[in-house]
Amino acid sequence: MGVASQLPPEFIVRVDRERCIRCKRCVVNCGFGALDFRNGVVSDDTKCVACQRCTVVCPERAITIEENRLAYKANAYWTPLARKNILKQAETGGMLLTGMGNDNPYPVYWDHLLIDACQVTNPSIDPLREPMELRTYLGRKPDALSFDLATMIGPQIKLDTPIVFAPMSFGSISLNAHLALARAAQAAGTVMNTGEGGLHKDLYSYGDHIIVQVASGRFGVHSAYLNQGVAVEIKIGQGAKPGIGGHLPGEKVPLEISETRMVPQGTDCLSPAPHHDIYSIEDLSQLIYAIKEATGYSKPVSVKIAAVHNVAAIASGIVRAGADILYIDGFRGGTGAAPTIIRDHVGIPIELALAAVDDRLRQEGIRNQASIIVSGGIRHSGDVAKAIALGADAVAIGTAALVAMGCRICQKCYTNNCSWGIATQRPELVKRLDPDEATEHLVNLLRAWSLELKEILGSLGVNAIESLRGSRERLRGVGLDAQTLEILGVKSAGR
Amino acid sequence: MDQVFPRIPSGCAISGMIDRSGGRMTGEAIIASIALMHERSNGLGGGFAGYGIYPDFPEHYAFHLIYDSETARANTEAFLASRFAIDASEPIPTRPVAGILDPPILWRYFLAPKEELVHGKDRPADADDFTLRAVMHINHSIAGAYVASSGKNMGAFKGVGYPEDIGRFYRLETYAGYSWTAHGRFPTNTPGWWGGAHPFTILDWSVVHNGEISSYGINRRYLEMFGYTCDLQTDTEVVAYLFDLLGRRHGLKFQEICLALAAPFWKDIDRMPEPARQKLTAIRMVYGSALLNGPFSIIVGNRRGITGFNDRIKLRPMMAARKGDMVYMASEESAIIEVCSSPDEVWAARGGEPIVAELYDNAARKIARAS
Repeated sequence: MGVASQLPPEFIVRVDRERCIRCKRCVVNCGFGALDFRNGVVSDDTKCVACQRCTVVCPERAITIEENRLAYKANAYWTPLARKNILKQAETGGMLLTGMGNDNPYPVYWDHLLIDACQVTNPSIDPLREPMELRTYLGRKPDALSFDLATMIGPQIKLDTPIVFAPMSFGSISLNAHLALARAAQAAGTVMNTGEGGLHKDLYSYGDHIIVQVASGRFGVHSAYLNQGVAVEIKIGQGAKPGIGGHLPGEKVPLEISETRMVPQGTDCLSPAPHHDIYSIEDLSQLIYAIKEATGYSKPVSVKIAAVHNVAAIASGIVRAGADILYIDGFRGGTGAAPTIIRDHVGIPIELALAAVDDRLRQEGIRNQASIIVSGGIRHSGDVAKAIALGADAVAIGTAALVAMGCRICQKCYTNNCSWGIATQRPELVKRLDPDEATEHLVNLLRAWSLELKEILGSLGVNAIESLRGSRERLRGVGLDAQTLEILGVKSAGR
Repeated sequence: MDQVFPRIPSGCAISGMIDRSGGRMTGEAIIASIALMHERSNGLGGGFAGYGIYPDFPEHYAFHLIYDSETARANTEAFLASRFAIDASEPIPTRPVAGILDPPILWRYFLAPKEELVHGKDRPADADDFTLRAVMHINHSIAGAYVASSGKNMGAFKGVGYPEDIGRFYRLETYAGYSWTAHGRFPTNTPGWWGGAHPFTILDWSVVHNGEISSYGINRRYLEMFGYTCDLQTDTEVVAYLFDLLGRRHGLKFQEICLALAAPFWKDIDRMPEPARQKLTAIRMVYGSALLNGPFSIIVGNRRGITGFNDRIKLRPMMAARKGDMVYMASEESAIIEVCSSPDEVWAARGGEPIVAELYDNAARKIARAS
């Protein structure tokens, strides 16, 4: 951007000069180059993204970041964001990019759903005194068991808690972040997901807790990789950018990424919008079975799609095509980089998509043929419980996991400047993320949410997660219209 | 049917008894047993199921119908006639009893499915499935008609009132069966209708239940996937259908069904020797949506016998006793002692562990031969 930019800074950095001890830690820590030292700390506010790194590392708490509120005169229709985006595009002629999930004020259906509890007629159960079971198996289940014929149950992923880590590629996030996710998955009895960038060889030993992904760019996909994980996932789309491919710029492809992705160093990694061998549902079925052949039918195959308008019919097709796990990512789902206009305006909320898909699969009598994982904005264990009650087998958390590792959701993942060492490949930034500490935080988060889930189950008077799964009778809606209630399959509060 | 309160949580008393040698007893003992637990009911529902009570029609589906009106009866009979040969049709004999107010029209039919319809194009080629669909149709689609029972050589007798009054109302002393179950109801919310009393039945499965099924929501949605509709405003209904699905259609044994519906905890399964561990893991994987959760004690009957079982952490009472060929189960030991003063053995049912009492093989063969 030239000097002639008309864009006012979004944030203002205030340094309390009396408290500042001139240690320059903030200057060193700013991944975006917004701070400099010229006889004291000075800021280039236009570069500040409010990632809060400087405020946290300052030993004197001398720095505060403020919103530049009057950069644009108030207008309820022409919001500051709308004007800023037009100015940017007028100056550059480019598509606007962003990171993380849709941050616009669309309805949040989770916040219109409330959970039931026991009173008198059935006793609630104290999870501190009684067993409370969260164990979940993901994968295809037969309609019925026949002991005489020794029904074969297909391969399953065993989870100690119905929460998995969402796919985030090595490339979009750092090796230390990937390592922390893998270690935490192992420690917490769940799984992480490679995303589309392959699996670094140092992480192969965590394979029992990793879902390996095959996306349209096929980066890092080879036989050993497919067989290293506990399941293989075909990524068709993601909630932040349905129908859009991916682009890892060459600057983010240093040696280790090039080796893992099997591309020359410094090359752009372009993931096509569609898989070029999948132009219809029968092509998907071929890829599913090609992967099953390549892995000796020893691993469940997952198919990940974005929640789009016709998601129920698509899901049905995917299950009938042979998928053992159906992964649906809602429009709040995160991304390392996406065109802002797509992220903010394409796709549908995961709550509605999940309800529609679960209903559809049940109507067709095939719900047991695939497990459902949902993601896209799961913020706390209340969201997890509601998702499971709507019909999910498990939820995936991406943004929440990143926040646990230190992310402040500044939404600048695509810049390679992440001051927290998460969404960056710059070695001096990557090393800031201590994998041991990040692992501990992730394990803590899963432990805390699992404890809360057990409290919720206990208050519902049930002691196994499968008694909540799909039990929409235990949910009520508040402030929802009749049709939304019908789609969600829940009654209004008071009924 | 008013759908505003689709599920009625309730407390209750249950009792059951079986002569494993196939000897038949009148309904007097089961009335005496359930009557002793009067305090556990509140007069808003009582009922009985008897097995082996229709030796003259052993191979007919015995339909007990509850009608709100003659119109409902006419509509139902027209429907039944279109699908079954009606080999007998009569009012269910009753006597006036103080405390039984305003009874509905009670009728029974002995039905044989029309062969050409059972095996017709696009029809389930199974008489049981054919009959089950007919029951679902009546309960779901014919206003004011409700099937109280539909099994062979068995019947359910139920209504609004204390169970001992219901038993005398239905003249149960005039029937003789090799097994009986009974229920006294303490509903916490009720539209007070006769169809809402226990037992709940489908084909020859009957269920009496004390407690609440907190997993009702998913149990119901699971059953809907297999063509069962839950219209009866109670959680107990799902238990009967789950037994039918797992027992009759999936071919699981009594013991295995109970292991699915009140499954052991993972912590116990993980310590089991093979192949038990593998089997239980498979049951929980496949039948997770059938797991019954919440406080309950249940007695399930079918032509082979009765099974009593509790929820996994035993939040409802259940005692059992044996005397010779007789096996008894009830909410309270006193209800057993009332009809069997010196049992050989008395024990408390353990959480999640079924007590299965079936006819001896030779008795079952004899009963089957007689038909």
